[in-house]
Amino acid sequence: MKAFTYQRAGTMAEATAALAQVPSAKLIAGGTNLLDLMKLEIEVPSHLVDIRDLDLSRIEETADGGLRIGALVTNTDLAAHGRIKRGYGVISRAIVSGATGQLRNKASTAGNLLQRNRCPYFYDTDQACNKRLPGSGCSALSGVSRGLAVIGTSASCIATYPGDLVVALRLLDASVETVDAAGRTRTLPVADFHRLPGDTPEIETALAPDELITAVLLPPPIGGTQIYRKVRDRASYAFALVSVAAVIQEDGTGRIAFGGVAPKPWRVEKAENALAEGAETVVSIAFAGATPTEQNAFKIPLAARALASVLAEAKGTTDAV
Amino acid sequence: MLFDQPAAGNPIDNGTVVGRPVLRIDGPLKVSGAARYAFERNDAVTNPAYGFVLGAGVAKGRVRAIDAAATRAAPGVLAVVTTLDHAPLSRADLSAAMLFGGDMIEHYHQAIAVVVAETFEQARAASRLLKVDYEREDGRFVLAAEAGNAKPAPDRENGGPDAPDVDRVGDFEAAFQQAAVTIDSTYTTPHESHAQMEPHATVAAWEGDRLTVWTANQMVNWAIRDLPRALSMGQDKVRVVSPYIGGGFGAKLFIRSDVVLAALAAKAAGRPVKLALQRALIFNNGTHRSATIQRVRLAARADGVLTGISHRGLSGNLPLGGAEMATSQTKILYAAPNREIGMTLAAMDLPESNFMRAPGEAPGLMALEVAMDEMAEKLGMDPVEFRVLNDTRVDPHNPSRPFSERHLVECLRTGAARFGWSARRSRPGERREGRWLVGMGVASGIRNAIAMRSGARVRLEASGGLIVETDMTDIGTGTYTIVAQTAAEMLGLTAAEVEVRLGDSNFPRAAGSGGQWGAANATSGVFAACVALRDAIADRLGFPRDRCEFIGGTVRSGNEVVPLQEAARGGGLTGEDSIEFGDLEKRYQQSTFAAQFAEVGVDAFTGEVRLRRMLCVCDVGRILNPATARSQVIGGMTMGLGAALIEELAVDPRRGFFVNHDMAGYEVPVHADIPHLDVVLLDHPDALASPMKAKGIGELGLCGAAPAIANAVYNATGLRVRDYPITLEKHLHALPALALL
Repeated sequence: MKAFTYQRAGTMAEATAALAQVPSAKLIAGGTNLLDLMKLEIEVPSHLVDIRDLDLSRIEETADGGLRIGALVTNTDLAAHGRIKRGYGVISRAIVSGATGQLRNKASTAGNLLQRNRCPYFYDTDQACNKRLPGSGCSALSGVSRGLAVIGTSASCIATYPGDLVVALRLLDASVETVDAAGRTRTLPVADFHRLPGDTPEIETALAPDELITAVLLPPPIGGTQIYRKVRDRASYAFALVSVAAVIQEDGTGRIAFGGVAPKPWRVEKAENALAEGAETVVSIAFAGATPTEQNAFKIPLAARALASVLAEAKGTTDAV
Repeated sequence: MLFDQPAAGNPIDNGTVVGRPVLRIDGPLKVSGAARYAFERNDAVTNPAYGFVLGAGVAKGRVRAIDAAATRAAPGVLAVVTTLDHAPLSRADLSAAMLFGGDMIEHYHQAIAVVVAETFEQARAASRLLKVDYEREDGRFVLAAEAGNAKPAPDRENGGPDAPDVDRVGDFEAAFQQAAVTIDSTYTTPHESHAQMEPHATVAAWEGDRLTVWTANQMVNWAIRDLPRALSMGQDKVRVVSPYIGGGFGAKLFIRSDVVLAALAAKAAGRPVKLALQRALIFNNGTHRSATIQRVRLAARADGVLTGISHRGLSGNLPLGGAEMATSQTKILYAAPNREIGMTLAAMDLPESNFMRAPGEAPGLMALEVAMDEMAEKLGMDPVEFRVLNDTRVDPHNPSRPFSERHLVECLRTGAARFGWSARRSRPGERREGRWLVGMGVASGIRNAIAMRSGARVRLEASGGLIVETDMTDIGTGTYTIVAQTAAEMLGLTAAEVEVRLGDSNFPRAAGSGGQWGAANATSGVFAACVALRDAIADRLGFPRDRCEFIGGTVRSGNEVVPLQEAARGGGLTGEDSIEFGDLEKRYQQSTFAAQFAEVGVDAFTGEVRLRRMLCVCDVGRILNPATARSQVIGGMTMGLGAALIEELAVDPRRGFFVNHDMAGYEVPVHADIPHLDVVLLDHPDALASPMKAKGIGELGLCGAAPAIANAVYNATGLRVRDYPITLEKHLHALPALALL
């Protein structure tokens, strides 16, 4: 860990001003990912701006009947919130399938959006990684890639967005509200928040350097049966091999997003139109153009089988997950 | 005390304290934080500095140069010691890797420098400023690719210095050709990590030319031999202290880089140094269990009697290392007149392979016991009955040599009844419960009892207290408790009245913790010392030695009853002795046995395997403490689940290292993976094994656990996966088509 200076911001303006003034400044909320990365010197901020005191820990109703989730709402609080459980069950289910109780107590909503990938080569600073050191190459392409992405990748990076909550947010067409140092606010869809790696895998989100996430906005509830199915090697505390977030309506229509397969939560709306044709068809559309490695090619048939499991559960033809 | 005749009746048979489920006496210390582990020994040294180890970033080659200028100038830095500053240190016995020194890199994350600073954070940050110039070489990283270069690995542990390359009895090839039923299967097991919770850690301090290390080491006895040698010092100048160890599983059998580097760093800094290997270093810097490739061929008559067993295996290691002896147990598990059994070893450039819990048996049974399942199915026999039919009462390679005690059949029968084995469907893939395909599996387990010299000192204090001192260790297994129970039984006290001091090289040499030999040997050493103390007490009281009873805090002889502390009134009394073993181990095969039963569910959609219930029935001689014994067994079963379904050190075939080198990447079972684990401990004291009539249980719970689960997975799905771990992608294609679900 490199030495850094530390500031506890009292206002959003103070926080964004610090970001604007110090080029390598980073915000810290729960720190569940950032601190690990700093210890390994994968993240080397010269200045940390602690935003825990900002008034961003509330969950409020919006005028359109949706919810506004403050950036600092913890995963634990979000999963347990009555309005979330009633109207957005897929969010609660996604959250509790991830990490551990201790981590969820610390992890924040905005921090989840900014969770970095878990490619082992990204974490090993003796190995080439374009994300960590642009231009150094990708070790994973010819290395151990079982857990990595099968679609949305590039020749420079096959890392996976590892989280669960954001897969559910993508499914629900949530959006991200931000403010920058000039006080300008904007709202962008979660769908546009993460960038695919292309030739610049080191740039992972659409955030500007001085931009602070203030909230996640949820549209009004859409009903349906809401399921989050996470497939993994052990029963808890593991990243998804494949996850499926789904809202299935009584008429059989619905929405599907996949986790563990791409550099961002993977949702292909036109694949959802094929739900009536079954899981394999949906997956064949959603994963068209996939470029898996030999080690992770199983993720595509697994996605189909996991989706089939979800559809069966939604229909009530198999016991709940 | 020489143990060379079957144990007669002795005070341990009373079972007043020994054999009772005494709760671990170190438990409250551990849960309250009062038990200080190596890295926490702030009580032992003042003003320690912190060491941080840099591991090599290439798997093979040499270090041309290390530029430490920026490191030395970094804040708080007190000293930097690089591998180029030192000649290569001598290797520890039974160790393959060179821990530090010289310019050659033998494996990834080999320690090449240690930075000492005022704080841990400063040492870590400064270590990142080291500039290392490597000359990188290609290496041998894939076991299967090295099969052609493998050399025989004779079983010297069991067969002595003249052990043959392949143990042969009869004519296996002829038996295989003539057999009514045969199977020929090849199995692969992956590299596995001990993944123990406590990292390798040491606090080192010098006083003049004398060195003390507070460290985490299972074998103080070996450490006090190997550490002075590595540092070119006299053994009398070194003290090793290791009273609490946060798990080892074999990873801490030998001195590792933490202890030598802490010592070198403390010398260089002129200060005590605290040093723990960071988690990301442990997997490649330390040892692991080698991957294996094993071929099992079985030949049987139509009635199920085995006529031939062939088990041939391959493992890999650094050029100076040994093999994972995955075939050894096959020599003694089942009868068959024609046999050929042997291991080969390929020299490789991956990190060091070395002993991990149930070395040999764990991966070996993952092949043999699945082969037995395959054969039972081909014969149309129940897998329990097939095993019972082929049980042996003698060492099949030396039929004049019987087992001391062997109750494998009772384990299998008891387990089958308790587990409800008769409900198992003999045709696989037939039981469906909701989304789950359900299967049941069985496997036998075997692990030898190893006799080792072990000493202790027992002192009756003038105040009446009883103190046991031995360099035996407690790696979380319950040693403190069973040692206290043993001394209490021998002196007529309660376990709470005995103070046990462990893990200090100033104490008498004991067996140490490894190979499941610790419990039986260490308590036998305490038994021997207690016999000496009882004699001293009898002499002091003027009682005949052979007509004394120690009961309820008193010494009784004839009609005389004297409080025990009376004997120490004129000054404390000490008994010190070691247990030493004659040739009973050669005349009798001494082993422990288990029958493992597992029921799994396989998600018919996703192929995820989840354990539903599991039972292990054990035959291990006398149970010293059923509470700690059970904990050992369920720990082993849990590790078996990891081996069967989850654990694998993933090799980067080009860069030559274990890629998943942290606890997020190397997944071990978590609580949610483990349902209730049932354990039955049969009680068959083994008078040929030790005066305690105990044999050990620490590794048996792992033996057969993984193949029982693998056989259950097969029974659920109908697809035999012979490549461990059985992760879902290996049987996904064989699950019911989605249209059928």
